[in-house]
Amino acid sequence: MFDLEKWREIYDVFKANKLRTFLTSFSVSWGIFMLIILLGAGKGLRNGFEYDFRDDAINSVWLRPGQLSMPFRGMQSGRRIKFTNEDFDMIGRAYEEVDHITGRYAMWSVPVEYNNEVNTLNFRGVHPDHKFLENTEVTRGRYISNVDLQEVRKVAVIGIETKQALFGEKEALGEYITIFKIPFKVVGIFEDSGGRWENSMIYLPVTTAQKVFNAKNELNRIMFTTGDASNERVSTLVEDLRLQLSDRLLFDPSDERALHIHNNVQEFALFNSIFTGINAFVWIIGIMTLIAGVVGISNIMMITVKERTKEIGIRKALGATPNSITTMILMEAVVVTSIAGYTGLVLGVFGLEYLSSFTKDPGTFMNPGVDFGVAFSAAVLLVIFGTIAGLIPAMKASRVKPIVALRDE
Amino acid sequence: MISLKKVNKSYRTGTHSLHVLKDVDLEIGQGEMVSIMGSSGSGKSTLLNIVGILDSYDSGDYHLNGTLVKNLTERKAAQFRNRTIGFVFQSFNLVGFKNAMENVALPLYYQNISRKKRNKIALEYLDKVGLKDWATHHPNELSGGQKQRVAIARALVTQPKLILADEPTGALDSKTSNEVMNLLQVINQDDITLVIVTHEHDIAQKTSRSIQLVDGQIDSDKILSHV
Repeated sequence: MFDLEKWREIYDVFKANKLRTFLTSFSVSWGIFMLIILLGAGKGLRNGFEYDFRDDAINSVWLRPGQLSMPFRGMQSGRRIKFTNEDFDMIGRAYEEVDHITGRYAMWSVPVEYNNEVNTLNFRGVHPDHKFLENTEVTRGRYISNVDLQEVRKVAVIGIETKQALFGEKEALGEYITIFKIPFKVVGIFEDSGGRWENSMIYLPVTTAQKVFNAKNELNRIMFTTGDASNERVSTLVEDLRLQLSDRLLFDPSDERALHIHNNVQEFALFNSIFTGINAFVWIIGIMTLIAGVVGISNIMMITVKERTKEIGIRKALGATPNSITTMILMEAVVVTSIAGYTGLVLGVFGLEYLSSFTKDPGTFMNPGVDFGVAFSAAVLLVIFGTIAGLIPAMKASRVKPIVALRDE
Repeated sequence: MISLKKVNKSYRTGTHSLHVLKDVDLEIGQGEMVSIMGSSGSGKSTLLNIVGILDSYDSGDYHLNGTLVKNLTERKAAQFRNRTIGFVFQSFNLVGFKNAMENVALPLYYQNISRKKRNKIALEYLDKVGLKDWATHHPNELSGGQKQRVAIARALVTQPKLILADEPTGALDSKTSNEVMNLLQVINQDDITLVIVTHEHDIAQKTSRSIQLVDGQIDSDKILSHV
């Protein structure tokens, strides 16, 4: 394989057939190029979707109350469901899979004031575990704590956008902001990967929010994470939870609109299987394209061998063994495929770079690219395909009989 | 050098069988220069192919340089050819995309001799046939006589004991034919055995022994005296 003489022979043959070598290699370059672009695009799509999931914990279940769409135990259709602190306590106690749980009492578009300047913002009264559900990252100070809840403290954790809007470059920690003229002390600043909306949020202790804004014990969301419980277990849990809550809150368990349950575990599993499917599909298409290229190479190698029958006959007469002829043709095929494939690979990677320069914004398509493992398997595939492409022509070449080849026409 | 005993060869074409060589007995000694003559279909090329281990025979025995050549694998035959025999063909059979020097060096490639060394040896042999200045020219830039001299240099480059020439002057005019035959005579003086297949009497006259083949059998075997 590392016989320099053989490489020189191959180089001479290619040099003598520049156009043919180029045309042959083009089909394979194209195949690999398409494979890389498709894989990269698939990856980009996946990255985009994963980005959308980044904001919330992927193993979370979200509960939102709705309206009865059918009468139940004397309750009329149209009645609104309300979550309370008791429901929150029940879920936390009833299921051992639940590892982080939080309720939420939120209000939109409330006047928030600092230094006589009023901004219209949103707040959420939450439990300390909320930060795990929203993937909130506290960059300065601290988050809402259990003590805040117990003592019903008037404290606030604000997003970086809120901080910017209210304080600008000034220090915010320890300052007081007012919501509906009620003062809250800023104890923390956070960042959230969910974008501008999430970063404009203000978090308050849920007990404080309920008390100060006259919500009694109402919650308008309950959400929890399920640790590493399997998709099946979480689905069972969700079904059981629906039954429990239908009994407590009085709605028909089959009434989809009374209680909205968003099961991220299931969504993520679905999402994963979709992308595994897309990935497999892309590989199949890519490999099919490559096979077309390989058949092309094999075809042209066949013609080459036919064309070079005389040359092969001469070589044999001069002492070339059948093995050396087989090796020569095989290596030519492998070298053409590898070089062509590598070119396609490099072009594909550059193509993806170019593509990704158009998709700067986080969205459903971002950071297309292939990892080293994929590029490596593509390279291995090329050598294998090159060998396959060269095999039949090489065997044909080794069977050339010198007396037939050298017969004068 | 060459010893054939009751060698038979027939080709099968469909249901017909063509008996090309019939019980051929032939002894050629070291250093002889022999011409084989005959009309087309007389079996002279087949005989040359068998002697050159390019073709197999059906029955009999063929000894080359004391070794029985029978039922060799293709690999063995190739190695045998490479080390013992040089070939010269009517249509030269040079490799088109290689220059004169590379063509001459080709047999040495199959002896795993390094490129540098084999090009050096090739140049020496091109010098012997008077074509050193044409070393980097490709076959399509050479005249017929020059091509045949390159082919002769290629046949000589492995220092074989035997050179087989199949109509070496068949594609050349009489002047260049003479030059080529003179060159072959010079080579013969180095104790290299030469077997030349031809149908031209002028060419046969330049050898020291002439064998006439008719219908696959040796019709006459004459020693020629030279002026």
